[in-house]
Amino acid sequence: MAFMEFIPNLGRRTLRTVPNLGTASRFLLLSLFAVANRHFSIQQLLKQVYGFGVRSLLLMMVAAFFTGMVLGFQGYYALVRFGATSALGTLVALSLLRELGPVLTALLFAGRAGSALTAEISSMKATEQLSAMEMMAVNPLAWVVAPRLWAGIFVVPILCVIFDLVGIFGGYLISVPVLGVDGGTFWAQMQSNVAFSGDILTGLFKALCFGLVVTWIAAWQGYAAQPTAEGVGNATTISVVTASLAVLGLDFILTAFLFT
Amino acid sequence: MEKRAIDWWVGIFVLLGIAALVVLALRVGNLSGFAYNEGYVLHADFSNVGSLKPRSPVKLGGVTIGEVTHIGMDPKTFMAKVTMRIEPKVKLPTDTGASIYTEGLLGEQYVSIQPGGMPQDLQPGGTITMTQSAVNIDQLIGQMVFSKASGK
Repeated sequence: MAFMEFIPNLGRRTLRTVPNLGTASRFLLLSLFAVANRHFSIQQLLKQVYGFGVRSLLLMMVAAFFTGMVLGFQGYYALVRFGATSALGTLVALSLLRELGPVLTALLFAGRAGSALTAEISSMKATEQLSAMEMMAVNPLAWVVAPRLWAGIFVVPILCVIFDLVGIFGGYLISVPVLGVDGGTFWAQMQSNVAFSGDILTGLFKALCFGLVVTWIAAWQGYAAQPTAEGVGNATTISVVTASLAVLGLDFILTAFLFT
Repeated sequence: MEKRAIDWWVGIFVLLGIAALVVLALRVGNLSGFAYNEGYVLHADFSNVGSLKPRSPVKLGGVTIGEVTHIGMDPKTFMAKVTMRIEPKVKLPTDTGASIYTEGLLGEQYVSIQPGGMPQDLQPGGTITMTQSAVNIDQLIGQMVFSKASGK
């Protein structure tokens, strides 16, 4: 019986998902272009950059430091068998710049800032603050959503650069003073194998895309949430889960396109 | 949070990001590699380039003096045409030779330059005629195996 329900449910879900995706895209475009609206304020944008960026900085740096150190350790044990520890600097730098930096930054960002963003917007909706704004002829997309969206796009690449740098420093601290890899080789090999535009800038481009996707999903889930206490909770969970999966999936697509 | 304090923190945050990017560019990435953009171009024809790739280093006495920019095929002579950019301050004589060597046993391949003794220098766009192709390790092993198998 449950199986018989499955097929019509699948159809119903598809029919619901496709127009939802369209509405979400319209929401994204309207919010991005709401910068031109007179209710968009730079002060609001700076406040969000502070909330998303400055207050996530310590978390990102600690996470990056440990990620870099673990990369140094694991890379060393894999490479020492072939006597190729001179490639350790390259391994740490390329792993961080191309993949781990952007992806981990985006995942941490989805957990740290995305969840808060969904909870904030959905409780604004539940307490009818969004409707109140519309009543006062204030566009909630311009006043509430646009600053958060642009702040996310702006903040994630910056966090990613800092993540990369701290991670490489952590990898260096483990490789050179602790495991005894030659420091000169570590940096020289890294420099000769890392390309500025090919590795560093493409990594940052990834981070930019992730920033957009994570804040988009978080803001949309908040905006479309059921205006109840339960709805706020559900929306927050769905936001973090969807954003994390979207980052991982998008990472595969971007890698396939960028690094060929 | 006061308005001015937020402005300050955001400013510091952005500066930190820019500083991190600059450090990454200079210390981690090889922005210095872009210096070869102002170098001059030389060609060299090899019968086999092995696994040489664009961006492979060009070395003279172990010192990197340029990089490979392009590898193509000459349709008339069936030789691989390697285009290199050399640092402008390095002037090579016309009887200069070029060979393809491997760093270590399994390392990356590079072009090694042996300068000659002629008084005239190679002009930009000139071709190095004396070349030695990449050593093909597979072929060497194959020859060795066959000579052993045939017995003396």
